[in-house]
Amino acid sequence: MIRLFGIGVALAALTAAACGGGQTEPAAPATPPPTVSPVDPATAGNVTGKIAFEGTPPKPTVVRMDSDPNCVQPGVATTDELVTVGEGGGLQNVFVYVKDGLGNLRFPIPSETILLDQKGCHYVPHVFGAQVGQTVEVLNSDQTLHNVHAVPTANQEFNTGQPLAGMKHVHRFSTKEVMVPFKCDVHPWMRAFVGVLDHPYFAVSTADGTFSLKGLPPGTYTVEAWHETLGTQTQMVTIGASENKEISFAFKSAT
Amino acid sequence: MLHLFALLVAASTAVLIFAGGLVTSTGSGLSVPDWPTTYGWSMFTFPIDKWVGGIFYEHTHRLIASGVGALIMGLAFWLWRAEPRRSVRRLGYLALGAVVTQGILGGITVLWFLPDAISIAHAGLAQLVFCLTISIALLTSPGWKRAYARSGSLTNTHSQPLANDQALQWVAIATTGLIYLQIIVGATMRHTGAGLAIPDFPWAFGRLVPPVWSAAIAIHFAHRVGAVLVCVLALATVAHVLYHHGRRTELRRPSFLLLALLAVQVTLGALTVLSGRDHIINSLHVVTGALVLATSLVLTLRACRPRFAGADAQTVSPGSALPKPAYVGAHA
Repeated sequence: MIRLFGIGVALAALTAAACGGGQTEPAAPATPPPTVSPVDPATAGNVTGKIAFEGTPPKPTVVRMDSDPNCVQPGVATTDELVTVGEGGGLQNVFVYVKDGLGNLRFPIPSETILLDQKGCHYVPHVFGAQVGQTVEVLNSDQTLHNVHAVPTANQEFNTGQPLAGMKHVHRFSTKEVMVPFKCDVHPWMRAFVGVLDHPYFAVSTADGTFSLKGLPPGTYTVEAWHETLGTQTQMVTIGASENKEISFAFKSAT
Repeated sequence: MLHLFALLVAASTAVLIFAGGLVTSTGSGLSVPDWPTTYGWSMFTFPIDKWVGGIFYEHTHRLIASGVGALIMGLAFWLWRAEPRRSVRRLGYLALGAVVTQGILGGITVLWFLPDAISIAHAGLAQLVFCLTISIALLTSPGWKRAYARSGSLTNTHSQPLANDQALQWVAIATTGLIYLQIIVGATMRHTGAGLAIPDFPWAFGRLVPPVWSAAIAIHFAHRVGAVLVCVLALATVAHVLYHHGRRTELRRPSFLLLALLAVQVTLGALTVLSGRDHIINSLHVVTGALVLATSLVLTLRACRPRFAGADAQTVSPGSALPKPAYVGAHA
């Protein structure tokens, strides 16, 4: 009996240790983010530029959406968004951001909410950025079900159902991570990507491939351009006080 | 009747394994994010017009699983009430426990975003549940009960004493064990996304042995090597049966079936790779693997039939006044 009790106590202790039940040092409270930007607007500069696609862009593939009749729009052939090239050869949906060079600067969390809409069985926008702690609202605008499944590596994974139109899911990412994929397992063609950063210097290239990083303090930065299928490229850029610099990236198909 | 019901349960379990294969092959495992509910509904009242996209595969898998669970519950109850052999009753309880555990594993793997270990365990336990239902169906069959004799006990169809061929028993046991191991390696390949790690067939990157290695390539290649080993061992078993026991129908039939299923299975495996993992072919590969295992198990149990003579004598049925079947007394 005593032996059984001993084994029980040992197991309980082991379980408590495994579950983190032992005494641990209380984590130091995180310093709250500042409420004002540390950047002096009088000396801030901008980095603008264009993302080009070199060569012949791949032909977009028609997405078969007939597994859910609610997604099918008669007479409309929806194509994938893997490589979207504009008329001038500009590459859309490239996430451009300052990867390095901001030092220990800390930035306020924007109060504006970022909307990720599920519309026509597609994520809108396909690529976007958010700051750590910023509110991201995922909305179901469709007359069908979606599951919102974020598959990060550094942040917490989540998967939530939205069976009815108008349903919303609010999320705030806790750690910087480029990129966090969103997917809908009901409609496997639905993909979106969010770049989560601890600063506001990011942009997504528009239909003509242009982008702009505004309000950067003078300094030397590593700027990275990320594309979901074409990979990443980086460039160093130095901007002086109130200077505007232009840079460009050129992606080409891997095959 | 009990035997027929056990056959129905085993067939339903095979259908369930096919449905589970479809869930994995279509990547629909997380299309219903909640469990045991379905988008907040009870799974039995979830509106049929919402069975769209990946939900169709995941939700039907859950419904079939519920049905199979109920059938196995019924089987265990029937065995408890009517089966005189304690060992067979226990198989029923074991099947019930296994299918309940299987349901919980299925729920956990959804709630924990399909961790590889849980998903592989879910796939592995599914095969064990199938094996249990097959075993019960076999052990309740008239042929097994009369020890495959037309008259007398422990004799074959030609009224010869059943040979306790230990060589056959061991090679059949090894074949069945290896097939199960091969299925686990296959499940690991599926759930770690290594199904197309080697994109060509029958070669591996144009060679017999892959020129480059990664964890995914190693798992995939292990599955191919496993297939060769299974074929060799299965051929050895079948050759032994045909050479030494060619007149024993109860061994010859599953031997031929095993060969036929293996041929189908290898073809489906090749087509899975060549088709870029077409979900129907991929799921047929999963369920055919289960049928190969079940056939080998039946062959093994029949080869080991003389060993079960003692177990047949254990007919103690607490609280039951059921009579002992005639076949027990014949050799007890």
